[in-house]
Parts: sequence; structure tokens; C-alpha cells
Amino acid sequence: MIQAKINGQIVDFAEKTTIQQFLQARNHKTDRVAVELNGQIVPKSTYEQQEIKAEDTLEIVSFVGGG
Amino acid sequence: MPSQEEIYAALCQRHGKALQDKLQKAKVAIAGLGGLGSNIAIGLARIGVGQLHLVDFDRVDLTNLNRQHYFIHHLGQYKTEALKKQIGKINPYIRVSTDCLKITASNVATLFSDADIICEAFDVPENKAMLVNTVLEQLPDKLLVSGNGMAGYGRSNLIQTKAIMSKFYLCGDNISSNEAQPLMAPRVAICAGHEANMVAELIIEHLGKEAEK
Repeated sequence: MIQAKINGQIVDFAEKTTIQQFLQARNHKTDRVAVELNGQIVPKSTYEQQEIKAEDTLEIVSFVGGG
Repeated sequence: MPSQEEIYAALCQRHGKALQDKLQKAKVAIAGLGGLGSNIAIGLARIGVGQLHLVDFDRVDLTNLNRQHYFIHHLGQYKTEALKKQIGKINPYIRVSTDCLKITASNVATLFSDADIICEAFDVPENKAMLVNTVLEQLPDKLLVSGNGMAGYGRSNLIQTKAIMSKFYLCGDNISSNEAQPLMAPRVAICAGHEANMVAELIIEHLGKEAEK
């Protein structure tokens, strides 16, 4: 297992977990999120390739309806 | 009609000249002119933000009037035009540009290339995510303020502004609207106020510092 920081909380991961896998495991809809990895926006086109590494810092913004 | 100089002097009397000059130089784009966007635009117009770019494809509907800044006589009009007219009655010297169209990932970079700050003010979560992702990927130098969760009533203090990334700010309670928590003017206006207030801070403190460099 590795540890990374997601939205300010330390979370345990299996190695080689991709952003896509993590979002699905947390029931996030990929077309409703924005993901920042270590201060940089993660392009949606790379969610399936981008693996979360030990000590990464992720911010996941999940958008909701209303405006 | 007051002259441009008279309105400028009145705003300087209220805000101070140094601050007013920063507001007057700023270019802010507002994406979506519903409950968030219409109220953001009115707030920024009142403090004399120099250039506002209003973007929406929709027309004013009777069901909008529970929270959006329009009047009976605007029903059926494009929101871009109805809002531009209102801004003209607050400060006719603000430069208002409009685009009456749907914002998609393919036109974001062109539409917003001129703006200092972009306000995301959509209703549908997929559209919010599309705009935020596209701006952060394609226009990384822009400051971006987004609204996320402002439905229902009460719980005023749960609406917050947070810096998510260095140039991306999120306002709201992150809870979706639903039948039990519909969108209503007071709480939508709180979130719009958060967005407009973040824009004011960014203009005065961030853009001001960039200009001094």
C-alpha cells in the first residue's frame, strides 16, 4: 500500500491505482469532476493512464447542480 | 444622465481612487447568466468593474424570477441583452460585451482569451466541470472563480469560498439542488456574492500586484 493526500486527508492506495480507478471507486462521475495533482490540473484524457504515487497530493472537485 | 466623470467621482468617493482605478481596469467574463451570473454581474457593475463580458444562450423565463436578476418586462428576451440593459441603468460607462451562444470545450479558449478573471456561473454540473477543466488546461494564466452548491434555505454560513488551486477558487457548500432543497433567491445570492466578492479581492489584490511588477 502507498499513501497519498486527497482533499487534505491521508488515504491508503494499492500501488498503480489510476485516477480513473480512484474516481470510480469513490463513485465520482468523471464528467463532473476536476482533479488537481500536485498543483497541476490533470487533463481528463489522461485519467486512465495517470497513476497515483506515494506522497502525491490530489484535490478532487466534484461539481453539483444549481446556479 | 450623470456624466462618466460624475459616476467615476462618486465611485472614488465611496471606494477611494487607488482601488477604483484597479476596478475600472479589470476585465471580467461571466459564463452563465442565471441565478449566479446575473447577480454577480450586477454586483460587479455597481462597484464599477470596467469591462464585463456576458455569455449565455438562454432567454428569460417566468420560472427564473425566483432567483435571477431580471424583471417581468425582460420575459422572452435573451439574458445577455436583458442584463446588459440593466447594467446600463446602473453605470452606462461600463463596457459590456455579450455572446449569446452555448459555451463548449471548443470555444472556451477563444471566448475568454481577453478576460483577466472568469466566473463560472452555470447550473448543470457537467457544464461546470467542462468549463473549469477547459480553462485550467487551455487558459492556465486566467483567474477562475466557480460556484458549487447554493440550493435551499437557511445554513447561510455553510457557503464558503476556498482556494482550490493557485488560480482557481470555489464558492458554495458543494451540495446539489433537489426537490427538498430547491434554488431560491436568498441563498443563490449569497453564493453569487461570494463569487463577486472573490472577484473583487482578486482585482484589487492580485491583478493590482501583477500590474505593479
